[in-house]
Amino acid sequence: MTATGNAEGFGASVKRKEDQRFLTGKGNYTDDINRRGQSYAHFVRSPHAHARIRGIDASAALAMPGVLTVLTGQDVAADKLGGLICGWTIHSKDGSPMKAPAHPILALDEVRFVGDHVAVVIAETASQAKDAAEAVAVDYDVLPAVVSTADAAKPGSPLVHADVPSNLCYQWELGDKAATEAAFKNAAHIVSLDLVNNRLIPNPMEPRAAVGDYDSGTGTFTLFTTSQNPHLARLVLSAFVGIAPEHKLRVVAPDVGGGFGSKIFIYSEEAVCVWAAKKVDRPVKWTSDRSEAFLSDAHGRDHVSHAELAVDAEGRFLGLHVRTTAAMGAYLHTFSAAVPTYLYGTLLAGQYTTPAIYVEVDAVFTNTAPVDAYRGAGRPEATYLLERIVECAARDLGKDPAELRRLNFIRKFPYATPVALEYDVGDFDASMDRALELAEYSTFPARKAEAARRGKLRGIGFSAYIEACGLAPSRVAGALGAGVGLFESAQVRFNPTGNVQVFTGCHSHGQGHETTYAQLVSEHLGVSLDNIEIIHGDTAQVQYGLGTYGSRSGSVGGSAIIKAADKIIAKGRKIVAYRMEASVDDIEFKAGVFKVAGTDKQMTIAEVAFNAYVPHNYPLEELEPGLDENAFYDPQNFTFPSGTHICEVEIDPETGVTQIVKFTAVDDFGRIINPMIVHGQVHGGIAQGIGQAMLEGCHYDEETGQLITGSFMDYCMPRADDLPNFTIDATETACTHNPIGVKGCGEAGAIGSPPAVINAVTDAIGIRHMDMPATPERVWRAIQSTRLPRAAE
Amino acid sequence: MSSITISMSVNGKAVTAAAEPRTLLVEFLRETLKLTGTHVGCDTSQCGACVVHVDGKSVKSCTMLAATAEGAAITTIEGLAKDGELHPMQAAFREHHGLQCGFCTPGMVMSAVDLVSRHPNPDEHTVREQLEGNICRCTGYHNIVKAVIAGAAAMRS
Repeated sequence: MTATGNAEGFGASVKRKEDQRFLTGKGNYTDDINRRGQSYAHFVRSPHAHARIRGIDASAALAMPGVLTVLTGQDVAADKLGGLICGWTIHSKDGSPMKAPAHPILALDEVRFVGDHVAVVIAETASQAKDAAEAVAVDYDVLPAVVSTADAAKPGSPLVHADVPSNLCYQWELGDKAATEAAFKNAAHIVSLDLVNNRLIPNPMEPRAAVGDYDSGTGTFTLFTTSQNPHLARLVLSAFVGIAPEHKLRVVAPDVGGGFGSKIFIYSEEAVCVWAAKKVDRPVKWTSDRSEAFLSDAHGRDHVSHAELAVDAEGRFLGLHVRTTAAMGAYLHTFSAAVPTYLYGTLLAGQYTTPAIYVEVDAVFTNTAPVDAYRGAGRPEATYLLERIVECAARDLGKDPAELRRLNFIRKFPYATPVALEYDVGDFDASMDRALELAEYSTFPARKAEAARRGKLRGIGFSAYIEACGLAPSRVAGALGAGVGLFESAQVRFNPTGNVQVFTGCHSHGQGHETTYAQLVSEHLGVSLDNIEIIHGDTAQVQYGLGTYGSRSGSVGGSAIIKAADKIIAKGRKIVAYRMEASVDDIEFKAGVFKVAGTDKQMTIAEVAFNAYVPHNYPLEELEPGLDENAFYDPQNFTFPSGTHICEVEIDPETGVTQIVKFTAVDDFGRIINPMIVHGQVHGGIAQGIGQAMLEGCHYDEETGQLITGSFMDYCMPRADDLPNFTIDATETACTHNPIGVKGCGEAGAIGSPPAVINAVTDAIGIRHMDMPATPERVWRAIQSTRLPRAAE
Repeated sequence: MSSITISMSVNGKAVTAAAEPRTLLVEFLRETLKLTGTHVGCDTSQCGACVVHVDGKSVKSCTMLAATAEGAAITTIEGLAKDGELHPMQAAFREHHGLQCGFCTPGMVMSAVDLVSRHPNPDEHTVREQLEGNICRCTGYHNIVKAVIAGAAAMRS
């Protein structure tokens, strides 16, 4: 039972409503959709990291069986279509806006990464389109390419865009430089660290896909696509690419097989499919194969940083100075500019009272796939840097890493950080205490000694993270350069027979909204779960929405639903007051029943709904028929999930193979709607974090810009036998500024876990730092380096 | 390209259809028979989203030509539940939240059923090792492992 006694409401681990269809093969993913008369698209992609297109000869392809057309950047230009955009404008320290070079949906005269979109072949079958794409002859003038993030801005590096000097998109700063410099002058110790946050490829299991359709009878386009935010896709395709006005463009994101950020963005392929549908007057379908996904999905992370932490004699943090170079890839992407700035620099206070922080970020273009938000987006990079340098501080100062963290914890809320955020609530001691207990930290030395007797190296690593999510208060987002507000919308509609349809602008692609949102409504309105249907992902059904990312669906989307449900209650009270001839002020609502206070007169919400749709005698000037309300909810602040992760590893020094023997995560997500689902989100986030820390890493050849890790045979995804069972628990401080007290849990696992792993691995080996991923080879080499006699170094 | 006629039994029903000789079994199931429960998550036979049973054994249907399955008995995820009742393994995945986005789920469940036929009482280590050929990006496998062990117990009883 839950706190309010509703067995299906807040706090109940209700089994998921969506599982029946997924378990029986009845899911409806984009590639499962086939339209009558459908044709198939295959993209011709650049084999070069950087080249000028001298010419494209499609004549051989056009002569092949089944080919309907071949379209190039020239056709896009002839139709006067716009390009893809970045929805966030960042300003450099000198006040100038970021450099945002044109990003055409098909390359016009230059290609800038391996996989860049050159042309599209449309044919009767997918095989015919693929065969013909091989026959499109593109004459390239190959140009020098720059791949290395660290080198991109150096003198002499090839320019990705001729009009962007030094490949610098922007040079951003945040914090008080003078105060930070002063803090370093007073420091007893200065801890410094150079690190790389490895580039990742998101790899949701469902590859991207799109089906574009055009109805010449009504002039309406429909796009079925693998999107986390169909309304945003419609907005960009309409207002910026110029496919069709919004009222003539329907975007449907049906079941989507994972996103992790990579399906937030508006990509070339979906724009091309919907545009081409009118050109060939046939539906056009494109389904990415995994190789294309590796090349063309937006990648994540890719930072090179230098950090210095000023510490006093007792171990208190006085100042933090961070210099980061962040890769943007070849073009700016939908959110990319915001990721290494406002989703990164703002998180560098972490859980600590560090009074002075100054961060500088240079964003650089490289001849690689665009880099954008991937689970955590900026916050994992900040957390990794901070939790690594704090760990180094503990080692340099000879302090216990848990105690050093505790010495610096923020304990008074609200707390204004020196990097622009105001934490509303938290209790960092509580999560640390519980994590230490679950991880059995006090007996770790005995386990380390026992492992040593077996010839194994044991290490333990901490990460005490905080993140800002629930994106986002529109006022703040707008002030920081966002092109849109980041509110959410909801509509709660009672049907005459008392069942409920809830329309949300968030999108579920694994998060289980059909269950958790129904739980919210069930508890708030007293309707059974079976009588509630959650509808999302279709611009023709849902009024508006900003989508799902930034762990926003609970705190922002859920709050919008509650706001609409409150309007339902208010309307219901008016109806009951009228029916019972009572004052509205005397109508009480609880657990699905309206009562006239102090009497036995009552109506259930289902009776009220029926009444609302048979309003034979309503005083229409005061009371409208119907029970259907919508709401737009804009959060007051970000939410701030926090927690402690502790990783314990055992390493075989002979092979470098590292085993995670225990992974403990204690998180504070505020109030929890469905613990089963929240734990699942934590598991998945930790798995991706461990993947980054131990297995994954995207590599391009430095000379040629060819993607070396271009398949699941080269890019190491976490498998079942790479991971342990996780030990999960929660503490709770409810979010203070939204009506349901939730904070968000989708990204925390991927944010908190990587530094815990590397802190454990380096602790086991007895070294200060190792870049991710800690592969057996890297670990083995590091162990060897510790065994070399000093003289040989 | 010329087409050939291919016959097999799918979920207990005899099917005959024309397809190009190069058609993969997964394409035949998804495109020709419109059985879209079987998914394609990669192009290197790594991810396991396309696992079906061919004559009772799990096979990655992206690695087999449809023509090679001539005369075979195929079971896909659509054929696992009987008379509207979930197979014990499907029920265990639901009970233990062994799925999130659902995309890897059909292959994962089909692999799990096959796993239990070879290891009727698997421990955690066995399950993790045996599922090495099925990639899930959502769950971190924790609940999948729980579900497979519980599903195995339900299949034994």
